[in-house]
Amino acid sequence: MTYLAKPKLHHPTLPKNKLGYTRRDYEGKVSTLCAGCGHDSISAALIQAFWELDVEPHRVAKLSGIGCSSKTPDYFLGNSHGFNTVHGRMPSVLTGANLANRDLIYLGVSGDGDSASIGLGQFAHVMRRGVNMTYILENNGVYGLTKGQFSATADMGSKSKRGQVNTDSAVDTISLALIMGASFVARSFSGDKAQLVPLIKAAIAHQGAAFIDVISPCVAFNNHPGSTKSYDYIREHNEAVNRLDFWPSREAITIDYSEGGLIEVPQHDGSILKLRKLDADYDPRDRIVALEHVARAAEKGEVLTGLLYVHAEAQDLHAHLNTYAVPLNKLGEKELCPGAGVLEKINAALR
Amino acid sequence: MQKTDTGNPDYFHKVVDCQWACPAHTPVPEYIRLIAAGRYADAYMVNWESNVFPGILGRTCDRPCEPACRRGRVEEGGGAKPEPVAICRLKRVAADNKGDVRALMPKPAAKKNGKRIACVGAGPASLTVARDLAPLGYSVTVFDRDKRAGGMIWSQIPRFRLPLEVIDEEVGYILDLGVELKAGVEITSMKKLLAEGWDAIFVGSGAPRGRDLDIPGRKEAAAHIHIGIDWLSSVSFGHVSHIGKRVIVLGGGNTAMDCCRTSRRLGGEDVKVIVRSGFEEMKASPWEKEDAQHEGIPILNYLVPKAFTHENGRLTGVGFEKVKAVYDAKGRRSLVPTGEPEQHYECDDVLVAVGQENAFPWIERDCGIELDRHGLPVLDKATLRATLPNVFFGGDSAFGPKNIIWAVAHGHEAAVSIDKLLNGEDLRQRPAPQTSLVSQKMGIHEWSYHNEIALDRRFKVPWRDVNQTLKNIKVEVELGFDPATGFKEAERCLNCDVQTVFTGKLCIECDACADICPMDCISVTPNGEEAELRARLRAPANNKAQDLYVSEPLKTTRVLVKDEDVCLHCGLCAERCPTGAWDMQKFLLEMTHAGPGCRRPQKLAA
Ligand SMILES: Cc1cc2nc3c(=O)[nH]c(=O)nc-3n(C[C@H](O)[C@H](O)[C@H](O)COP(=O)(O)OP(=O)(O)OC[C@H]3O[C@@H](n4cnc5c(N)ncnc54)[C@H](O)[C@@H]3O)c2cc1C
Ligand SMILES: Cc1ncc(C[n+]2csc(CCOP(=O)(O)OP(=O)(O)O)c2C)c(N)n1
Ligand code: SF4
Ligand code: SF4
Ligand code: SF4
Ligand SMILES: [Mg+2]
Repeated sequence: MTYLAKPKLHHPTLPKNKLGYTRRDYEGKVSTLCAGCGHDSISAALIQAFWELDVEPHRVAKLSGIGCSSKTPDYFLGNSHGFNTVHGRMPSVLTGANLANRDLIYLGVSGDGDSASIGLGQFAHVMRRGVNMTYILENNGVYGLTKGQFSATADMGSKSKRGQVNTDSAVDTISLALIMGASFVARSFSGDKAQLVPLIKAAIAHQGAAFIDVISPCVAFNNHPGSTKSYDYIREHNEAVNRLDFWPSREAITIDYSEGGLIEVPQHDGSILKLRKLDADYDPRDRIVALEHVARAAEKGEVLTGLLYVHAEAQDLHAHLNTYAVPLNKLGEKELCPGAGVLEKINAALR
Repeated sequence: MQKTDTGNPDYFHKVVDCQWACPAHTPVPEYIRLIAAGRYADAYMVNWESNVFPGILGRTCDRPCEPACRRGRVEEGGGAKPEPVAICRLKRVAADNKGDVRALMPKPAAKKNGKRIACVGAGPASLTVARDLAPLGYSVTVFDRDKRAGGMIWSQIPRFRLPLEVIDEEVGYILDLGVELKAGVEITSMKKLLAEGWDAIFVGSGAPRGRDLDIPGRKEAAAHIHIGIDWLSSVSFGHVSHIGKRVIVLGGGNTAMDCCRTSRRLGGEDVKVIVRSGFEEMKASPWEKEDAQHEGIPILNYLVPKAFTHENGRLTGVGFEKVKAVYDAKGRRSLVPTGEPEQHYECDDVLVAVGQENAFPWIERDCGIELDRHGLPVLDKATLRATLPNVFFGGDSAFGPKNIIWAVAHGHEAAVSIDKLLNGEDLRQRPAPQTSLVSQKMGIHEWSYHNEIALDRRFKVPWRDVNQTLKNIKVEVELGFDPATGFKEAERCLNCDVQTVFTGKLCIECDACADICPMDCISVTPNGEEAELRARLRAPANNKAQDLYVSEPLKTTRVLVKDEDVCLHCGLCAERCPTGAWDMQKFLLEMTHAGPGCRRPQKLAA
């Protein structure tokens, strides 16, 4: 961390997006995390992604739980809505907010302790409900904020900083999200923004439950030999299945994709995902194949990254429940309190 | 690209843009920090070591450092254009507030070394030679035909820009070192001087001849046409104290600016500067033009003087041809007539300020000192030695008219040459500058320099009221920063000498430094050829004059590249680095002046 606010000055050629904002306009307060924390890199990737998508910051709601990871929404998109909720309870607050106002872009930020230990139940349900959101899990295998205890995503056999061996088996949040019905599932690494930024953009564009598990080394408590979440370990074991290019629309595509090994996934909102295959057998449109691949890779000790599953025709919670399209805060008293007559009718229907 | 060799003193020196641009390589950020700390005397002495005349230069320097200043590349538009730190005027803050510094000055040599040096002319070049050599034991004698020392500093630069007390004080520090001044003594024969058996002779006689304008009417109207520099020195000497009501100054350099402003104070009411070139291309500095315009002096451009008009032997005005600038394919400019009718401006006096030349009527052509076809001495550029082994030139006399700070830089070099010569050494083996690199880390987020970036715009030096300054030529126009404003201006300095120093083997490639850097200076990326690499960094490195700092290959075989161009030296990269791969280290470079340091290491006696 640093005590100084980042100086306002910026590079003279710093570009502006369609809204006239520079990337710097998407920053937040100065981070209080440890110097070198992977979470700060993820914040930088989020800043980049929202800037590139020309999203107005006030259209974003950031929700998080408790942990170093869950603190980060304070360090990006300073002009967005934010709610730092209770440990492991971000999913339910996010679900409620989304039901009340579907016009905002929902970003859930959580940690492996927050999501896989205390919050495992909430995690499963938000996925199965198909809440339209981007859920970022900043996965470092420890409870960083409380000084480095193993979390539920720590691999069996991995060592703590003090040399203690983890004897519990790990919760694999990717498989869990796939099983529970998330319609966009990806894994990435905080140290690889070239991979992470397009994934975040695609997840934001995705109209359903989008989940990205981002391995994010904890430099203070989990970056030593014996850890399976360190910078070195991830760099050695990272197996990317594909490289994603995100295009906001078909017209925007500027690269010639004539070479083979390409999968194209158009999304609901008109955006296009172009996936360059790195693993010839891998088709991220098949959930069963994805589950199998993830399991086999884990067996081999590989960390599979890239866009692992996407269901382009996904439906979200509002479609499931057939809710009213207008956000509650835009409805007037007349719509919200339609009077005794209407109540009478409803009651009659229930008799 | 190859790994950057930061062991080469030039690498970090170039990062300190101002110091690199200063002919005398004054450690600018070092003295600016001392000013911010209120240590004015120390700030003054840092300057004095390097540039000898901090009080004089703090008012008059041509300030090549300021266009180079990083601040001018990083400040945000916000409508106004980015501006450098007021480096020059901060020197004056140090000089104005330093108190009595006599105790800090070197003492006259306790013992003379028996070597006698003659300096011709008592301008800044000669005085620098004297200052550097006298404390070492040399007997230095300075000759000047004028009755006081200072050269053009006092004879040309008008008093409303530079008060006499400031000159006397700073010249005094040098004469107090036991330098002998022979004022009012003109050297009329080099042969004679050579015959006097000096161990070395330094020629610092300046570029004393003002160019004339040989156009019709010049002779007939001669009584009211004056050569600018002659007229200015006559004013300084007190021989001239009045000029006509309507004055035309011909020329666009600093002499022209001093002529017009002096005229306004000696009775000129309608004073104009008329120049051949366009406003932008004028030789005068932007601030000089601003100062003139502030005093109600219009500057008219693209007018070439064709004839002086006169009646009954009295000047009546000047006729001009209107021209325009035309550029050829190579971008070279020529001025071609527009064909408009000749324009005539009436006036009572004309000051001709169209350039200056060297003249050595006193150097016999057969004395062994070769002059080239422009009348300039044939010199070895590095040592400033002429074609006689113990004769050196410096200042305006060496390469034509320049400025004070160049004269000082030459003086230092010539003094090194003389010291080495008289110690039997090879002059061409020039001493390397002394450098040091010291970590500024005091704690996790604590540095021994102030790394917060001030967002203030450049402060303006206050002027005395025009009505007051135009009445008396001796009243100084600029008031200088008060200490409070001086502090604020000092805080604008980015501390470019506090270098970002990278240790590749410590880097874990976490990106923290690249993410935090407000200027997008840092990239971790595959290596490549320079041109291609420059284009694909986090922000394009378009300023080729500024280096890329390239690391050795890191663990992933990528390299860390830092574009030095717009770094704020805020130290955030080092604060964010978990492993200390980045550190902020103060680079201090001091030029090696004459003395034991410039000589070969002496063999120890057995
Ligand atoms: C009008 C004007 C304004 C200027 N303003 C600035 C300014 O604001 N800032 C700046 O940096 N520079 C300025 N300059 C330039 C600056 O004054 C010179 O570049 C600088 O003084 C050169 O120093 P020097 O030591 O080479 O010689 P000079 O300062 O020219 O000194 C040479 C001395 O040698 C003496 N001399 C010459 N021949 C003999 C001889 N045969 N015997 C004895 N004595 C002799 C002369 O009398 C003179 O005193 C200005 C110049 C002019 C003309
Ligand atoms: C209900 C509750 N139980 C326990 C805690 C203590 N606690 C704070 S943060 C944390 C773990 C956070 O781990 P993770 O989500 O992985 O975040 P990280 O700090 O590793 O980013 C725990 C257990 C708490 N704040 N609230
Ligand atoms: S403790 Fe670990 S997770 Fe928390 S800020 Fe420090 S490095 Fe990041
Ligand atoms: S000091 Fe470091 S963080 Fe600051 S501008 Fe320079 S490179 Fe960037
Ligand atoms: S912050 Fe330090 S360790 Fe991380 S990439 Fe930069 S120099 Fe390397
Ligand atoms: Mg964690």
